[in-house]
Amino acid sequence: MITATQAPEKYLEIFDQFNNRAAVQPRWLQSLRQDAFARFSETGFPTTHDEDWRFTNVSPVASTPFELAGADTVTKEQLEPFGILQFASRLVFVNGLFLPDLSTLATLPKGVTVGSLAAQLKDDPESIEQHLGKYLNTQRDPFASLNTALIEDGVYVYVPRGAVVETPIYVLYVTVPGITPTMNHPRNLIVAEESSQVTVVEDYVSLDEGITFSNAATELVAGDNANVSHYMIVREGDQAYNFSTLRIQQGRSANVATHSLLLSGTLVRNNVHPVLAGEGSECLINGLFMANGRQHMDNYMLVEHASPHCDSRQFYNGILNGQSHGVFHGRIIVHKDAQKTDAKQTNRNLLLSDDAQIDTKPQLEIYADDVKCTHGATIGQFDENALFYLRSRGLAEAAARHVLLLAFANECLDRMSSPQLRNHLEKLVVAGLPEAASYSGTRSTEGAERNWEEVR
Amino acid sequence: MSLLEIKNLHASVNGNEILKGIDLTVNPGEVHSIMGPNGSGKSTLAQVLARRESYEVTGGSITFDGKDLLEMKPENAASEGLFMAFQYPVEIPGISNAYFLRAALNSIRKHRGLDELDAIDFLPLLKEKMRLLEMDERFLNRPVNEGFSGGEKKRNEIVQMAVLEPKLAVLDETDSGLDIDALKIVAKGVNAMRNKDRSMILVTHYQRLLDYIVPDFVHVLVNGRIVKSGGPELALELEEKGYSWTEPELAGKR
Repeated sequence: MITATQAPEKYLEIFDQFNNRAAVQPRWLQSLRQDAFARFSETGFPTTHDEDWRFTNVSPVASTPFELAGADTVTKEQLEPFGILQFASRLVFVNGLFLPDLSTLATLPKGVTVGSLAAQLKDDPESIEQHLGKYLNTQRDPFASLNTALIEDGVYVYVPRGAVVETPIYVLYVTVPGITPTMNHPRNLIVAEESSQVTVVEDYVSLDEGITFSNAATELVAGDNANVSHYMIVREGDQAYNFSTLRIQQGRSANVATHSLLLSGTLVRNNVHPVLAGEGSECLINGLFMANGRQHMDNYMLVEHASPHCDSRQFYNGILNGQSHGVFHGRIIVHKDAQKTDAKQTNRNLLLSDDAQIDTKPQLEIYADDVKCTHGATIGQFDENALFYLRSRGLAEAAARHVLLLAFANECLDRMSSPQLRNHLEKLVVAGLPEAASYSGTRSTEGAERNWEEVR
Repeated sequence: MSLLEIKNLHASVNGNEILKGIDLTVNPGEVHSIMGPNGSGKSTLAQVLARRESYEVTGGSITFDGKDLLEMKPENAASEGLFMAFQYPVEIPGISNAYFLRAALNSIRKHRGLDELDAIDFLPLLKEKMRLLEMDERFLNRPVNEGFSGGEKKRNEIVQMAVLEPKLAVLDETDSGLDIDALKIVAKGVNAMRNKDRSMILVTHYQRLLDYIVPDFVHVLVNGRIVKSGGPELALELEEKGYSWTEPELAGKR
């Protein structure tokens, strides 16, 4: 077995190769990338000895000889099945690179920029220098440093002060697998200035089956009083590794909602890291993960309260079937000055088979003395009372199970404020629900349910 | 032909025999009340009728509308026209009342060879039944029973019954815990559904319900057996004297 720490040597070659192919980049970006690569070389890929990676073994990623994916193209017909053509503003990236031909934008308010980060770096690098790489922590996460080392393209959204973008900006990331394993590292930057409003959707899909590695990172800056909604959909192929980090920086009274829906992939790691830096800011961190077969889905939440009077709400629901493995790691840090913090975390999980597994772990670090932090997790099977209730009203057993799964998923879907996106995501959820008829249905919830709730 | 024919029914829960030989015949249009002290087996009888799997039938037979009820799953019994109003209605977060009831009604309609109703046809029907039970329209889109008060849950059960239009309704302590206003509303809803074909079994602990829904027959269930049957006057007698006189065995303990 290749140990994780050996892997970076292979990446030195990739880094050189990347430097040769990449467009000429401004000096500040070159040094940002070099520093990040140096950091990655130093740490290598994490192991399960690392507390942040305790439940997720990344050695399959470390040991696979991924090559950088090249530019590729897709047709509109190929995009049709993904259900995204209904969105008036949509951007398509293939293997991490912008594909203008299939991208289209609704009329946007004056001063709003939506496009490719590569183009912005070419045309007006100064506009992004103050934000790009300023928030993502490359010191603690090797995947973030690898992404930063290989910054090339991704979506760039800029909304000036007071502007309201009504239509969601839908970004589709299409991975086209090659004959050999390939990887891409999309890097996104969303900047919403004071009192502006915008909704951005990231949707990761695969065109075919094949071994791929998507390692995305998004920096989302919500200025004072800005209102930003972010949606993250992961539905790549069965052999796809999908790692992503969403780093949110919130100003005073900024309101951010981020919704994640993880549907497929062999190994998915979903990092969400909001920093409530401005007083009175609010963050909703909402998610649903549905794992099947031998899929592994890891949700790593790091919510930092850095100012007084901020609220954070985390709700994650997991549906685990087959031999899948889910992880929810909910870390909340309340810094010294963040008095009157109100932080809530809830993780609920449904295990549909004997072999499915969930690790759920809260981690609270509180350095202020006047705060309210609650967390709770449940792990259970179907509620037999609810099943009987539905059946006694005429629903067949399989249909009753389906309704209960949908009900469980709806808890998350109902928190989404855009009806168009909610409907879109609901369709994806319904299509992704396991065949109701395949459940054994013989297990009772008695003794299998574990509840804990702590209030501090 | 009788609608329901229970013969020498024995049933156990977790190996404990609760029902020890029940005989009961219910004809179309009849309302029967089953009364009895705590632990007498009233709720067990209701659960067995609704086909809850954890209640094991160890002997006897139940014929429902000419078919063997004990061969039916809960959903089959419902499709054949049996409805139980739960003593403790279950909360189902994430699914609206309207969605749930339409799914239920359509399952039953499908079974009966009728077309499924779409939301446009279904909503007026549901609203009409909700008005009957004096339930605000906001309950349409509220998750099933979630955050409902006790009285709202019970009224919601009767709304479901009104929508599903069963041949036989089993009301399991629907009156327990209701204040007098809620009880009157529930009784009004139930009485509105009485007709010459629809039968009902009112399982209750308290005689008070029977002031508002007057049964044709009253049966007293004690220790897993029906020890006395009579007309509505039997309920008044029970109210006056308690249950102890109904069975010498029980009386002896007093």
